[in-house]
Amino acid sequence: MSLNWKVGGLLLGLVFFAAVLLVKPIGVSTQFVIVDGIIGDLVNPDLVTQTDDGFTSTNAYLAKSGGKYAKSVANPLNYSFIFVLAMMLGGFLSVLARGGIGQSERSMPELWRANFGDNAVKRYAVAFLGGFVVLYGARLAGGCTSGHMMSGMMQTALSGYIFAAGAFAAAIPVSILMFRKEA
Amino acid sequence: MSSILLAVVIGAAFGAVLDRVGASNPNAINRMLNLTDLRLAKSILLAIGTGSVLMFGGQMLGLVEVGHMSVKTAYAGVFLGGLMLGAGWAASGYCPGTGVVALASGRKDALFFVAGGLLGAAAYMLSYPAWKASGLLDKIAGGAVTLGTVPGSRYEGLTALPGDILGLVLGLGFVALAFALPERLVRREATQTAPAE
Repeated sequence: MSLNWKVGGLLLGLVFFAAVLLVKPIGVSTQFVIVDGIIGDLVNPDLVTQTDDGFTSTNAYLAKSGGKYAKSVANPLNYSFIFVLAMMLGGFLSVLARGGIGQSERSMPELWRANFGDNAVKRYAVAFLGGFVVLYGARLAGGCTSGHMMSGMMQTALSGYIFAAGAFAAAIPVSILMFRKEA
Repeated sequence: MSSILLAVVIGAAFGAVLDRVGASNPNAINRMLNLTDLRLAKSILLAIGTGSVLMFGGQMLGLVEVGHMSVKTAYAGVFLGGLMLGAGWAASGYCPGTGVVALASGRKDALFFVAGGLLGAAAYMLSYPAWKASGLLDKIAGGAVTLGTVPGSRYEGLTALPGDILGLVLGLGFVALAFALPERLVRREATQTAPAE
């Protein structure tokens, strides 16, 4: 089922290395912006437009850095977007191969249940708010756990260390305060 | 087209490994963050160390293209954003990558995480001009720098130390830390195992 930490860590390191060796470092959180851009462009086709030398957007964030996000919104079948879809497929197949996740665990994690009870609405509300803060923070930071922390620290990037310091400075106290009981 | 094939192969491998190390399991995330079970932290440290040793060792042997490095810019917002991500990561048990893997593995709460994430990213897209104007996105300490100066790299070094050797040494340090870290730092109150029927 779960791998022992040594085998798991080694495999995870090999995947991050393979990405840098063959293409570029792994990153995920940008693709949330790309999906938002695709949805936004469906609602308002003027959001992303073609120019003589690429793409631009009425949204300053999509237009920044020469419109590279605007370009990805216009052409989502690129490496980084397909990568995230493939992650979902790989995770799905891995879970399937180890017999799936139980019904009660699928609705909410057992550690959450032990600390906060069975109210699913409460869990979903916190997951939603958590997602909002996580992605807002990731875009402010310019990357997330995979891009900044894993890929960044692996490359000895100063930004990766700054990010990891911030992430754990908040994550450890919040987790200690919220999850007082073991399960 | 080959880049799409690589995306499928590396992406699928990444998703599968995230599942098998427990990174997409909110229980494992919070047992790590509340310091009761550090096996996932040991895996992460070992992964960073392994990746670093292979990358810088490979560069020194001329087997790894230095040009594939991609170093992000350092600015005050990196720390602030890190704090936000950390708080949300602990509360929800998910980060962006593990959230989408958890969604694909059938966890219903991950659907709410991803929906909240899409809204959070959209909120940042709209508020970006204010952050830009605040100066918190202005680069600090040279911006996109590595800790040492990596030979042949387009990124500058924070110090003049040889970046490839430093990367190798830090990588070995992460591996050592992975082994040195105990599996548990604190013990918390256990919940009742057998509720009365």
